[in-house]
Parts: sequence; C-alpha cells; structure tokens
Amino acid sequence: MSEVLNVPTMAEMMAQGKQPEVLFWVGCAGSFDDRAKKITKAFVRILNRANVEFAVLGTEESCNGDPAKRAGNEFLFQMQAMMNIEVLNAYEVKKIVTACPHCFNTLKNEYPDLGGNYEVVHHTQFLKSLLDSGRLTIEGGQFKGKRITFHDPCYLGRANNVYEAPRDLIQKLDAELVEMKRSRANGLCCGAGGAQMFKEPEPGNKDINVERTEDALETQPEIIAAGCPFCNTMMTDGVKAKEKEGEIKVMDVAELIANAQDL
Amino acid sequence: MMYIDNILFAIILIAGIGFFVQNVKKLKRNINLGHDVNRTDNPSARWKNMAMIALGQSKMVKRPVAGFLHIIVYAGFIIINLEVLEIIIDGLFGTHRIFSFLGGFYSFLIGSFEILAVLVLVSVIVFWIRRNIIRLKRFASSDLKGAPKKDADTILYFEMVLMSLFLIMNATDLHFQAMNSGNVISQYLNPLFSSLDLVQVEIIERTAWWFHIIGILLFLNYLYYSKHLHILLAFPNTYFADLNPKGQFDNLESVTKEVKLMMDPNADPFAAQPVDENAGPHKFGASDVQDLNWVQLLNAYTCTECGRCTSSCPANQTGKKLSPRKIMMDTRDRLEEVGRNIDANKGVFVPDNKSLLNDYITPEELWACTSCNACVEECPVNISPLSIIMDMRRYLVMEQSAAPQSLNAMMTNIENNGAPWQYNQQDRLNWKNE
Repeated sequence: MSEVLNVPTMAEMMAQGKQPEVLFWVGCAGSFDDRAKKITKAFVRILNRANVEFAVLGTEESCNGDPAKRAGNEFLFQMQAMMNIEVLNAYEVKKIVTACPHCFNTLKNEYPDLGGNYEVVHHTQFLKSLLDSGRLTIEGGQFKGKRITFHDPCYLGRANNVYEAPRDLIQKLDAELVEMKRSRANGLCCGAGGAQMFKEPEPGNKDINVERTEDALETQPEIIAAGCPFCNTMMTDGVKAKEKEGEIKVMDVAELIANAQDL
Repeated sequence: MMYIDNILFAIILIAGIGFFVQNVKKLKRNINLGHDVNRTDNPSARWKNMAMIALGQSKMVKRPVAGFLHIIVYAGFIIINLEVLEIIIDGLFGTHRIFSFLGGFYSFLIGSFEILAVLVLVSVIVFWIRRNIIRLKRFASSDLKGAPKKDADTILYFEMVLMSLFLIMNATDLHFQAMNSGNVISQYLNPLFSSLDLVQVEIIERTAWWFHIIGILLFLNYLYYSKHLHILLAFPNTYFADLNPKGQFDNLESVTKEVKLMMDPNADPFAAQPVDENAGPHKFGASDVQDLNWVQLLNAYTCTECGRCTSSCPANQTGKKLSPRKIMMDTRDRLEEVGRNIDANKGVFVPDNKSLLNDYITPEELWACTSCNACVEECPVNISPLSIIMDMRRYLVMEQSAAPQSLNAMMTNIENNGAPWQYNQQDRLNWKNE
C-alpha cells in the first residue's frame, strides 16, 4: 500500500523561496531502520494533519555524530557536526524537531560550540505544543483506559530533563499511565546508549534491555511507550526475550498519537 | 611546672594542624596536575549548587534512611565541634570550661551537644551495622574489599570513640555535673563512676579530655589518607561541578582546530604550523591522571565511596565489570601514586611505566558504559565518573585505534556513508515512498 505523505525537502522549499517553520531531522534510525521508519512516518502523518509546514534535509542529512563521539572518536564526531552545520546554516535553519533523543541531545547541546545554533525540540515536546496551541486535537480513541508505561530515554530524561512532555501526551489519550519502579531521573537505561547499540555487550550475567523490560513488565502494561528508536529496539527485543510479544506492544509516543487519530 | 600542660597542648595542636596543612598543600598540588578547565562561569548557579547539594544535602535524602542518618552525623559532628573551640582555649590558657560564664545559654549549648552526640553515636552504629551485619550490596561488592572496607570501618570507629569520649568527659567533670544544667545525657552516665574516688574520676575526666582533642586532631589528619575528605571537598566539588545539561559532553578544542583546518579549502596543508612554546606533547583523550582536568581529579579526592553510582549503573547491575565508584577510586589511587613519585624525585614526575589505563582501569570496564548518566545523577556531591570514562575512550580510539571491531565498523560506515549502518546516503529519503 502506498500512501501519500507530504515530505518536502529543504532544497525544494528553497527553490520555491519558502522557509519552513521547522526542520524535521529524521536521523539514521528514522531513515533506515525498518521499525524506526514507521515512527518517522507516524510523526509525518501527524505533521501533515496539523498542517505544519516542515521540511527534511533528505539526502543532505548525515549522521549527527553521537555514536562516534560516545565511542570516543571526537574527530569523526566533529567532522560530521561541521558538515551538518554547514548544510543547516546554508538553509538558515532556526528550529529543528527530531524523534531521536540522541540527535536531539547532540544538535541541541554539542552543536552550538561548533557554530550550529538552533532551537531543538524532541518530537514529544513538539507534539505537545501542537496540542496546547490547538493545532492538533486528540480524541481518546483506541487507547482509552489502556495501561501504558513510559520508558524514559536517558538522552531525553536525565541528559536534558525532559520528563513531562511524553507523559502529558500519553495522558491526553485517556490512557492509564503506569510508572515503573525506576522512572524519570531514576530510569534505567535500555542498554543502547554510548554506542552500545553497535556492539556486543561486555561479559556479564544479563542483558540490560532484559533487566529494563522486567521493570516494565512489573507494571503489567498493555503497551510500553518509548520516545527513542534505539530504546524501542531494545525494549522490543526484551519483550521478545520474555516471550510477551503477543500481549505487549512497544510503541513510540508519536505512533500512539497517530493511531489514536486513525492516521 | 604549671605551664607544662599548656605547652604540651600547644605543641600537639600546632603539630596536628601543621601536618594537616602540609597534606592540604600536597592535595592541592596533586589536583593541579590536571589540565585546566574553566569552571568560574555563572557563580550564582554555582553557589546555589553548593548551598543545596553540599550544605543542604539535597541529593543525600534521595535514599531516605541513609540520607536521614547522614544529616544527623553531619549536623551533629559540625555542631559538636564548636566545643573544640572551648577545648582549645582551655588547653592553651589553663582555664576550665571558659564559656561557662554564658550561664543558661552555655547549658543549652552543651545540652544540645550531648543529645546530638547520642544521635551521632546511634547513627554511626547503624552505619556500621549496614556495612558489617546487613552487608548492603553496595558496601559488600568486590571494589570495596580490603583497604577501602577497613578505611570505612576505621572512620566509624573514630566517630564512635570521639562521641563516647565527649560524653564521658562531661559525665566525669564534677564541676559541670555540680552545675546540674546542660548535663541532659551525662547525668545518667555519672553514676557509672560513683564507686571511684574523686581523684580517679578527675583522672578519667582529664584523660577523656586529652583523648578527645587528640582524637580530633588525629581524625583531621586521617582525612587525607581516607575516603573521608568529602567532609571538606564536597563544597568546592559541588561549586565547580559541570553546569551544562548532563547529555552535553565537551567538544575537544584540539580536535576542532584540526577539523577546521581539514575542512578549510584555503588551508595549505604543507604550511608550517605556528609553534606554541608552551604546548606540551599533544595527546587526545586520557591514559593517565595528568591527562584529566583538575575538576576530575578533585572529584577523585571528593569521592567517599558510598557506591550509589555503582548501585545505579546498568552495566554493573547486569554483571559487567564496570563500577563507576571503582573508576573514581582508581583515579585517586593512581594520582596518589603519581604524587608520591613526584615527592620521591624532588618535584619531578619520573615515568614509572604505569598508567591509569590498563594498570588500574581496563578497556573492558570502559567499553561497558552506556553513557546513561545514572552515576552522575546519583552522586550526592556531583562527581562525574562518566567524564573520565569518556576521556579514556577517546584515548583508546584516537591514540590507539583500539575500539572493539564492531564499533570500528560503525565508525567506518559513518565516515563513508553518513550513517552507522551500511546504507547509502542517497537512500535516506526512501522511507517516504515505501
């Protein structure tokens, strides 16, 4: 099934002499990972529904450099950062939204030093602002009364103190938000950060994502909500390891909103 | 002859304080072995952090039992030590309880000290039980075996003895008991000594008095050799802590220069680099303590090995070797070793074929970190083990190309096609039509 998504690129916008209100930074996972692409599309459907004039960089986007930096390769990180900043500054980008907390953190905190100054928001913050300003409305829908637990991504929560936006969105769905014993500032990592996503874990007695999935299962949720494509992968694998994939879904907050809207 | 006591007291006091000052100088010198980092911006936020976190113990109480007991010991210890002022004056001038002329106020002070002393004693005993009987996981884990365990117990014994001496000193001070005001606790201890004659009681009182002040001076000097420096260093440590969002890692300036040169189409790659006379040999990242910054070294001295970081570390909880507490302990141990080397070699460090990396901290520990910031969040005095881990990873990758194979593959992908996986950059927007 081919659906019609309206996804203009910055280059197209510029050709029309237009400046979008926000740049959607898709990120590598959002562009290439099969599971994360669904999150990207869900977010775009909401943007289209709310008539947000946005654009993507498309083939001009490149890795923000987070995994390289966290792996210790400062050279590669800064090369990526400076190339991206050149592109972003050439398009005079002012505001960026992204569905990946790693892109969010790097663009927001580590680019200014290197000449890239933008207002950067996480997609949950952006969606919340759409709701608050009335540009988007949610009618409870299929998630009404469902037990949903939210896993705090480290790079959104502890790293940048964003705890409420994703929770506010879940509550707007009339869902029953249940907290894990470790949440917000005490949230346990999914195990993917610091470039761990791209390597085997060191020897130990358990995988971190299984430990975290156990936290989530304790709340007996119907849905585990995430706000990061990497957390999503880790939690999905954790649920599979616990053989619960039949009963429990792992979904991004953007997917919850899009599904509630039947988008 | 009558001045012998006073002279002896003055000698002990000067020796005690003098030795401590010597060690503080050493401490300062060792911390300054780290390279410079500017942490003087935004002083109001820094003072606020110090007031809330060090003075106000706001992060301690996140674990309520330990937090509550710690506040008692902390407040009690500081307040009771006001008594030291009187002891010093009495000792130097041969007076006895010089402040007792304050009358009711004096009784109020000593009365509160006595109550606090009991509370401190009880709390310290509970701490000892948590370490030795209950054996909480974070106090029984492998990185605390041996010397660190003994160090922790020694501190608790010191505190038990000091508090007991204070109470015994008051209980056997017959003048003070005769005032019968302010002796809220010691009046119940006094009958314990009723079978002794007056001279014997006075000997006990004098002994307790001397041991109390000598004990305090010994404790002061034990600080430098123990994990207990946090009672002093928590204040500068919280003041100089990183104020940026926890997710923001520093951008290495030395790298920025080189990357800019690489990307500048007008740069002449063969041009001679301007020579900076002061620049030492340039190293990316950290393999030893001298490669860290002074705040990281201050962190190492401030760490009191409580282990909250390690108990919240996802890698440690799942059986990996990494323990953020051990990162801090190793950094301090190595720094001390480097300091001793400098002392032994007339102020110059002579290479000893050892380094923080490998001899203390192994790559396996460093690669287990998820950079989740749980350790930083947990630390009651804002220490960042994560920043040391990251600096050491930088050394492994940029100086030694010693990243795990799979990470090298990831980085090659970013370099070649702008993504950590092997996808073509030209396919980045394909999702739109899938």
